[in-house]
Formats: sequence, C-alpha cells, structure tokens
Amino acid sequence: MMLLPLFERLEASAIGEAVRGSLWLFPVVEAFHLMGLAVIGGAILVVDFRLLGLTLRAHPVARLARDMQPWVVGSLVLMVLSGIPLFLSEAIKCYYSFAFWTKMTALIGAVIFTFTLRRVVAGAPDGRFAPAWNRAVAVTSIGLWATVGWGGRWIGFSG
Amino acid sequence: MSSVMQWLSETEWSIALHESQYAYAILESVHVWALCLFVGFAVLLDLRLLGIVFRDVPVTHMIRRVLPWTKIGFAVMVLSGILLFYAIPFRTYHNVFFRAKAILLVLAGLNAFVFHNRTFRTVDAWDAVVPSPRSARMAGIASLVLWTLIVFSGRMIAYNWFDCGKRQPALISAIAGCTPEMIDPYSQ
Repeated sequence: MMLLPLFERLEASAIGEAVRGSLWLFPVVEAFHLMGLAVIGGAILVVDFRLLGLTLRAHPVARLARDMQPWVVGSLVLMVLSGIPLFLSEAIKCYYSFAFWTKMTALIGAVIFTFTLRRVVAGAPDGRFAPAWNRAVAVTSIGLWATVGWGGRWIGFSG
Repeated sequence: MSSVMQWLSETEWSIALHESQYAYAILESVHVWALCLFVGFAVLLDLRLLGIVFRDVPVTHMIRRVLPWTKIGFAVMVLSGILLFYAIPFRTYHNVFFRAKAILLVLAGLNAFVFHNRTFRTVDAWDAVVPSPRSARMAGIASLVLWTLIVFSGRMIAYNWFDCGKRQPALISAIAGCTPEMIDPYSQ
C-alpha cells in the first residue's frame, strides 16, 4: 500500500506541524469546520425536507434548491479548507481510522450525488418526478451526508 | 451551587455516563447532528429576514413551516446538552467557556423573545417585503452572531486551558467561580 508513506509525508507538512505545535489552532480551525457544518446542514436539509414534503410545500423545490446552491458550495468549500489543516495535523491517525475512510468515501459519494442526480430532481419543476423519486433522493442525500457527519465525529473518538 | 455540582458528579448515573465507552460519544454526536438541524434552519430564518435567501417566501411561511423543525432540533440539543453537562457537572460548571455559552444562550433567547413578541407582531405589514424592516434585520444579525459564538464556545468547553487550578490570572479563576480549595496555591 503506497498510501502510508504519503500520509506520513502529509503529517510532516508545515501546516500539519503548525497545527500540532499550537495550543489553539486545532480548536479554532475545528470551530470553523463546525460552523460550516451547521450551514451545510441547513442548506441540504431544507431541500431534502421539501422533497419529503415536510416543509415549505407551497414553494417550488427548484426555487429553494437554487437559493441554497451557493450556500451548499460555500459551506462545502469552508469545510474542505478547514478540514485539510485538521487532517494534516493527524494524518497517520486518519490513515488507521475506519471512521476517516468511511467519511471520505461517503463525502465523495455525497458530493457527486448532490451535484448530479439530486440537482436534477431538486431542480425540476414540481410534479416532474413522482413523489417516490423525490423521497428516494431525499433519503439518499440525508443518508450520505449523515454518514459523512458520523464518520467525521468518530474520527475524534478513534486513535 | 458548586457543592451541588460536586454532589451531582458523584451520582451513579453521572459516573456511568462519564465512564461509558459509548454513551458520551453518542450523546456528543447527537448534540452535533441536532446542531445541523437547529442552527442550520435558524440560519435560514435569519437569512430570510435579511432578504438574502428565499425572497419569494413570506416571513410568516418561514415561521410556520421552518420554525417547528428548529424547535424539534432545539429540544434535542437541550436534552443532549443537559445530559452532557450531567456527565461532567463539576468541571463543566466551572468552565469559562461553558459560562460564556450559558450567557450567550440567554441572550439568544432574549433576542428571539423580543423578535417574536414585538417585531413579529407587525409582520402583516412587511410579510412579503424584502428585506424585512430594520428591527427584524437586527434580530437576524444578532441571532447569526450569537449562535456562531455559541457554537464556538461550545466547542471550546472540551479544552482545559482555563480550568481551576491552572496558573492563570485571578480574573479568569473568578469568572470560572473557582473556590479556594480548587486553586492550587503552589502553582500560582
């Protein structure tokens, strides 16, 4: 497996060293990661809830989804930018963490799903897709993002 | 109050929660996930008041359709939060970040109360107006700032930088409510 040497090099990076060597950098960066989480949580969930018919039913889902798009993208960028220093500070621990690999796999899946299939379904005029499809997309979205969130939290508990 | 916290920390369930391999981790995870629902939707409400998102949606619709979910999220956060506190009552009670968070929570509650009982009463006049009137916008901004600070301070509770007994300015020990027995005289 060629990944371990790579992870060792990443952990030894300047950013990794800086975060590890500082008393407050990790928590502060993580706090930004957490705030990004709250925003993406709201932006994703409101559209998924709408697809499930749980909220704002009088308003076209496409309109809601379009409004949320920049917030999903922006908070995702924030989370990636804050996540990288966190990762670099403990790359080896992540390498050996089942939660980390679960999270990354789910993250890739969630991002692809959100910007392809979900985008089509959530962006369609109301009634274009049967309610069952809307619900399936919403449940899949919630499931994928929840797995990302679960994995992210449990990295902290492993190692 | 400090001795009450000490007593709480010695109760059977507090110890069980504290020492359990999974219970505390699950509680904390639930607290963070509910944060996505609660803070996430609250942010959307605030952004609507500021006229940044969902401009076609009347404010009353947001309140009627989105607020109930924030209440559910808030209930889960309060319940998980109480249990998290109960798992480590003494240390948390004397934690400066927890105290800051508690004060901020009260302020956030006040902000919501003032908005709902005063500003919102006139909503029929500005329901579809974007952005909402100044007092509503102020409530939205205050809410965004307060909840950001609350999330921030909540995350910091886990860190022991300002725990009683550490060598630190007397002011910080005072804010933390450290009792004389807790302050190690040999470390000052």
